[in-house]
Amino acid sequence: MSTLYDFALRMGDNTLILGHRVSEWCGHAPVLEEDIALANTALDLIGQTQLWLGLAAEEEGSGKTADDLAFLRDAWEFRNALLCELPNGDFGRTLMRQYLFDEWHLLMLKALQGSSEKRVSDIADKAVKEVSYHVERSRDTVIGLGDGTAESHKRMQEALDYLYPYVGELFTPDAVDTAAAEAGLAPDLASLRAPYDEALAATMAEATLSLPDSRFAHKGGRTGKMHTEHLGHILTQMQWLQRAYPGAAW
Amino acid sequence: MAATRLPGGRVVTQASVEQVYAWLDEVPDPEIPVISLTDLGIIRHVEWAGETLEVTVTPTYSGCPATSVINLDIETALRARGIEKLTLKRQLSPPWTTDWLTESGRAKLEAYGIAPPQPAGGPQQCPRCQSQHLERLSQFGSTPCKAQWRCKSCLEPFDYFKCI
Repeated sequence: MSTLYDFALRMGDNTLILGHRVSEWCGHAPVLEEDIALANTALDLIGQTQLWLGLAAEEEGSGKTADDLAFLRDAWEFRNALLCELPNGDFGRTLMRQYLFDEWHLLMLKALQGSSEKRVSDIADKAVKEVSYHVERSRDTVIGLGDGTAESHKRMQEALDYLYPYVGELFTPDAVDTAAAEAGLAPDLASLRAPYDEALAATMAEATLSLPDSRFAHKGGRTGKMHTEHLGHILTQMQWLQRAYPGAAW
Repeated sequence: MAATRLPGGRVVTQASVEQVYAWLDEVPDPEIPVISLTDLGIIRHVEWAGETLEVTVTPTYSGCPATSVINLDIETALRARGIEKLTLKRQLSPPWTTDWLTESGRAKLEAYGIAPPQPAGGPQQCPRCQSQHLERLSQFGSTPCKAQWRCKSCLEPFDYFKCI
């Protein structure tokens, strides 16, 4: 399959799986405003998924749709970063995960606005506005809770310690990323690391949180080599209707 | 209606592009029915390609559930006006911006109780009592395009149309 297909699939699987995870908060968030904010964030991510997986399906060329890719692939065919599939934990961990992803997502989309492939830059032009808004909120919340009460500070530090080892995968290129960068389709992943580190350092300083020293990175989601046990559980919930009743439609 | 000669010489009667825009100006936004689709600035292009009318629509937010309803409403409205061959195209770029809201659309929003978008990033005044003593409750609201604010003078919460 083409580099464009692989690339679009990775972008779409990130937003699909994270969007689904965030949507699990619908009706459960600590206050109504946060519930609505989480549902809106999930909605944006699922909307972007339709664009990315729509592009992947078009590129695949066998008549599949974005829905076919979302609902009819099994765990080993998913290409999302592991960070996106991790369980929500408490509200603080959910927002920390969102912030760690949003900051990468925004850098990636800004770079993709200059993609050599117009269908990619068009999607990036659209998504960058939504994601700028996401990072504004997730950053504010991480700062508010990090520099909050003793309890919220403790939980945010635990969330950062738990999630940070999943950040490195977002910046670790493989053959697909190298081919995408050479074709001008996407940026060199490693080049996003320095601005990411800078943004994180500023936010965590304001949030009075300490970034872990270790750069150890859990990997395997983006390449499909090894997902966590959590992905399969998401899929059983997300896909059961199309699996049990193939082709069911509204 | 204007008579158009198609390649091959056949003459048909087609609604003018201006007429189609006027019809679309009567189609309300499904979520905020006080403004029309043209007020919202999402109709990017209307043109005839032979006997087929092509209407290009841009989504407000990529996940906005109203998008599919909007397409259905456009189709229903134009078919009711006798348009038989219709293609709806989606255009992502340049992305929709609240700068494309018409002046009349902004005025209708305010009269309806939704503060129109401002470049400064927050509402200019309370749409009910015009106070400028305001606070933000949430960056998000009941639809992807809105945020929740409250007036500290009249104490009423209100929707603010986000500026993007």
